[in-house]
Amino acid sequence: MKMKKFVSAFLASAVALSLVAGCGGGDKKKAEEKKPEAAAGAVKVGVFLPLTGDNAAGGELELRGIKLANKLHPEINGKKIELVVVDNKSDKAEAANVAARLIEKDKVKVILGSYGSSLSMAAGNIVKDSKVPAIGTSCTNPQVTKGNDYYFRACFIDPFQGTVMANYAFKKGAKKVAIVQEVSNDYSVGLAKFFKEAFEKLAGPGSVVEIANYQTGDKDFSAQLTNLKAKNPDAVFAPGNFTESALLVKQARQLGITVPFLGGDTWETQDFINVGGKDVEGVAFSSAFDSTKAATPEAKKFLDEYTKEYKGEQPGGLTALAYDSYLIALNAMKTAGVEDSKKIRDAIAATKDLETTTGKTTLNADGDPIKSAVIKTVKEGKFTYMDTVNPEDLKAK
Amino acid sequence: MELFQAIANMTGAGLAQHLVNGISLGSLYALIAIGYTMVYGILLMINFAHGDIVMMACYFAFFGITAFHIPWYLTFIGTIAVTALLGVVIERTAYRPLRDAPKNSVLISAIGASFLLENLANYIFSGRPMHFPDIPFLSSMISVGGVQIQAICLFIPVVTVICLFGLLHIVNHTKTGMAMRAVSKDYEIARVMGVNIDNIISITFAIGSALAAIGAIMWGIRYPGITPYLGVMPGLKCFIAAVIGGIGNIKGAVIGGFILGLGEILIVAFFPQFSGYRDAFAFIMLILILFYKPTGLLGEKTTEKV
Amino acid sequence: MNNKRNLILTLVAIVVLFGVACFIQAEVDSYIRRIVNLCLIYAIIGLSMNVTNGFAGQFSLGQAGFMAIGAYMVGIFTVPVELRADVFYAVPMNPYLVNIYMPLGVALVLGGVLAAIVAGLIGTPVLRLRGDYLAIATLGFSEIIRIVITNATSVTNGALGIKNIPPLNDVRYIFLATAISYILITLLLNSSYGRAFKAIREDEIAAEAMGVNLFYHKNLAFMVSAFFAGIGGGLYGALLGTVDPKNFLFTLTYNFLLIIVLGGMGSVTGSMFGAIIVTGGLEYLRIFDEPLELMGVAIPLFRPGLRMVVFSILLMVCVLFWRHGIMGTNELTWEKIIHFIKHPLDGFRKKGVQGK
Repeated sequence: MKMKKFVSAFLASAVALSLVAGCGGGDKKKAEEKKPEAAAGAVKVGVFLPLTGDNAAGGELELRGIKLANKLHPEINGKKIELVVVDNKSDKAEAANVAARLIEKDKVKVILGSYGSSLSMAAGNIVKDSKVPAIGTSCTNPQVTKGNDYYFRACFIDPFQGTVMANYAFKKGAKKVAIVQEVSNDYSVGLAKFFKEAFEKLAGPGSVVEIANYQTGDKDFSAQLTNLKAKNPDAVFAPGNFTESALLVKQARQLGITVPFLGGDTWETQDFINVGGKDVEGVAFSSAFDSTKAATPEAKKFLDEYTKEYKGEQPGGLTALAYDSYLIALNAMKTAGVEDSKKIRDAIAATKDLETTTGKTTLNADGDPIKSAVIKTVKEGKFTYMDTVNPEDLKAK
Repeated sequence: MELFQAIANMTGAGLAQHLVNGISLGSLYALIAIGYTMVYGILLMINFAHGDIVMMACYFAFFGITAFHIPWYLTFIGTIAVTALLGVVIERTAYRPLRDAPKNSVLISAIGASFLLENLANYIFSGRPMHFPDIPFLSSMISVGGVQIQAICLFIPVVTVICLFGLLHIVNHTKTGMAMRAVSKDYEIARVMGVNIDNIISITFAIGSALAAIGAIMWGIRYPGITPYLGVMPGLKCFIAAVIGGIGNIKGAVIGGFILGLGEILIVAFFPQFSGYRDAFAFIMLILILFYKPTGLLGEKTTEKV
Repeated sequence: MNNKRNLILTLVAIVVLFGVACFIQAEVDSYIRRIVNLCLIYAIIGLSMNVTNGFAGQFSLGQAGFMAIGAYMVGIFTVPVELRADVFYAVPMNPYLVNIYMPLGVALVLGGVLAAIVAGLIGTPVLRLRGDYLAIATLGFSEIIRIVITNATSVTNGALGIKNIPPLNDVRYIFLATAISYILITLLLNSSYGRAFKAIREDEIAAEAMGVNLFYHKNLAFMVSAFFAGIGGGLYGALLGTVDPKNFLFTLTYNFLLIIVLGGMGSVTGSMFGAIIVTGGLEYLRIFDEPLELMGVAIPLFRPGLRMVVFSILLMVCVLFWRHGIMGTNELTWEKIIHFIKHPLDGFRKKGVQGK
C-alpha cells in the first residue's frame, strides 16, 4: 500500500515534470514567435548526432565543434543562428525520425550531421525528398553522398584515406602488412578494403599477409594479435573506433608486437591517447586536421577557443570536421540567403576554396571535399604532424 | 585439413601464447559468471543487470582513483562495498516488488534495470571512454620464454579460485549459506522455518554484486577502456558461461567460463579466417549445450513440478 | 448474431481508419507520417512477438534476428539492378543474385517466409527449453543471424549496409499491411490453434494431457511470429530506405518487449496501443533533451541523454506497478465499446473497485 502511494507520488511528479518541461518548451516557442518583430527571426540550423547509444562518444565530440562554431559565428546577414540539437540515439529509425522532425517541425534550413554513416544514410531520402541540404560531419561511407544531391560532407571518404595510408606504409618501406578490421563497422571495413587494394598494387600480390576481424565492442584481441605476430608483418593497418583501437594497440604492444600501427582519422581524439597511454606512441594515421599548426586563420580561432573552453585538451579531427560543416553551411547562406533551402543547396554544392580549419575546402560533384590529408602520429602524449599528402600525389601513381 | 595446417604453422611459443590468452580471458569470464550463477541459484532469475553492475563498478573504481585520489587498494575495497550496496538497492527496487509475480515479469524488470543503468551511466558519465588507471605491478608485463603475460593475468585465476572457494564455503558451511540453500529449494517452506527471506536475498545480491565488482576491477585493469555499454557483451557471455556449466552451480560457472574463454581464443587461433565469427562462438556453444544437455555440464536434473 | 455484427463493425472500422490513413498521407507532414508509419510497423512486430510471448507463453527474444531476415530480403532484392554496383562498391554482389529483382510486395512475403523457415529450423531444438533458457537461446540465435549477415559480404554487403532501397513512406500501404496482419493474427488466435496456444501458456502439462501437441503448436506459434516479424522487418527496411547489420542488435528486441509489456502480454489490441504509446511517447519525451530555461535560468539537468533516463525509469515503473499493462490479457471488444457508450459511467466505477 505504501509502495503504491510512493509510486503514485513518483508518477505524479514525473508527469508534472514533463508538463513543466513541455510548458518551458512552449514558453520558448512563444518567445521565438515574439522575436521576429525584434530580431527579424533566427535562422534555424538542425544538428543531428548520436548523443546516446553506441556512438555517443563521437557525437559528443562533434557537438562541441558545432557549438563552438556557433559561438564564434553566431550571426548570418544580421540574423541570429539558432542550433536545434537532436539525439538520434545511434539508431537508424530514430535518425530518420529526427531528420524529418528537424525539417517539418523545426523548419530548419540546413542539417548538420551525423557521426556514423549508417545514421546519415537513414536520413538521406528524407533530406532529398524535402530538399533541405545536409552536411555530414564524419560519415565517410561513399554511399552517403552518392546519388543524393542534397547530402554533402566535410570529411574524407573511405577510399581516399585507405589509399593514403597504403601509400604512406609503402613509402616508409613496408613490404608486407597485416590488416585488423572491425568487421561490423562500415568505416573500418571500407578503409581496410581500399588500403588492401592500393597496397597490393604497390607492393605486389600477397603483400597483405593477414586480415583479422573483430566486432564492435570487443575488448579482447589477443587471439587475433597472436596470429598476426606469427606472420611478422612490417606494419599493421587497424582502422576503427577509437576505444577499441586504443585497446587493440595496447594489447599488441603487450604481446610484443613492436611494428608501427596505422589507422584512420577517428583516432584523432583525446580519448584515444587517454585510453592507449604510452602504448599508442608512434602510431600513424591520416587526418584532415592538424592541431599543432593552424592551417588557416580560421583554424587558429578554433584552436584558441577550444583550448579556452576545454582546458588542456587538444581538439580532435572529429571536432574540427564538425566545426567545418558549420562553416560550409554558413558560407553558403551568406551568398544564398537564409530563406530558400534549395538555393542554399546550390551554394553548398558550389563551395570552393573555403577557408576551414582543415585548410581550403572544395566540394566535388558528389558533394565530397577534395583536400589534402595530413599524416600524424602520437608523440609524448600529443598528436604531432608528420607529413602531408595531396590528392594529386595519389593520382600520379 | 586447414586445421592441421594451422597447427603445423604455429610455433610452440605461439600456441603457448594462445593458451595463456585463453586462460586469462576464461578466468575473467569465470569470475563474473560466478556472480551470475549465484543469484540464479538462489532466486531462479536471470539478473540481466549483472553486466551493467560490472560496468558501474568500473566507473566507481575509476572515480575513486582519479577524481578522489584514494589509493588504489582502498578504492578497490570501497568499490566492492559500494557495488554490493548498488546490488541490494537494485534488488529492493526492481526485483522485490515482483517476488510473487510470474517469472517473465521479473525477467522484463531485469532487462529494464539493465537499460536504466546504461542510460544513467551515459547521462552522468558521458559516452566518452575513460581510461581505467594503471595499477603498479598488476598492469606490467612479464615475459616467459617468448610468451608475454600481463601480471594481472596471473593474478586473475588466483582471485577466481579464492572467490570460488570462499563462496563455496559460505554456501555450504555457514548458517547464512544454509538459509540460502533453503530459499533456493523452496522459499515458502524456508519462510515457515523461520528464515528471513528478505535478508537472505539481500545478502545474496550483495555477495553477487561484490563478485561483480571484483570482476570489474580485474576487467578494468586488463581492458582499461570504460564505456557505459561495456557490460552488455561480457554480461551476456558470462551468463552463457554460467549456463554451459549448469546454471546455479558455482563450480560449473568456473568451468563454463574457462570453456568459453579458451574456446573463443582457440577458434581464432586455429581458424583465423573465421575471426569475424568469434562472438558467435559463445551463442553456438550455448545452443549446443542446451540441445544436448539442457541443464549444463554440472547442472542437476530437475523435474517440473505440477 | 453478435459475431456478424462484430465482423461488420471491424470492417467498418478498418475502412474508416484507412480513410484516416489516406488523409494522413495527403495532408500531414512527413515527420508525423513517419511516426505513424513506425507505430504501424512496430505494431506488426509487437503483435508477432505477442503470439509467442503473450499467447503461447514462450518467452522468446529473437525478434531482431527475424526482422533482419525480412529487412535484408527487401534490401537485397528491391534495390534497382542498375544501382547495385554503387551499393556493393567494396565487394561485388554475388553473380547469382545481382540480376534478380523483386517488387516490394514479393520481397516482403518471401522475407516473412524465409524468417518462418529459419524459425522452424531453430524451433526444433530451442522450443524444448523453457522460460529463461528459451529467452537466452532465442537471443543467441538472433545474434548469430546478425553476425552471419555481417560476414556474408557478397550477399548482404556486410557492415557497409545496403542503400537505395526504394523508400516507402506511405501510410496507406503500411496501414494495409498492418490491418492484414492484425486480421490474420486475430483469426489465428480465435481458432482452435489460438486456444491451444493459450492452453500451453496456462499450463503445459495440463495442455498436453488434454491432447494438445505441444511441440507442433509451439513451433507453429514461433513460425507465425517469425513470419510477421519478417514482414515488419521488411517494412522497416523499406521505410528507412537502408539497412545494415547494426540495426538488428539484440537490444532492438527490447523495444518490442516493452511494447507488449505495456500493451499487455496476451492482448492483440494491447499491442496496438503499446506500439503507439512507446513510439509516440519516445518522441514526446524529446522535450527532456532540449535545454530548458525557467525564469531565465538554464537548468543543467536538461541535456541530451535525459530523455532515455526518464524513458527507462517510466519503463521500470510500468513493469513494477502496472505489470499487466494497459489491457492485461483482455481485448478491447465491440461489446465493451458498446457497453461503454451505453453506460459511460460504469467503467469508472469498475476501475475504482479494481484500483483498491
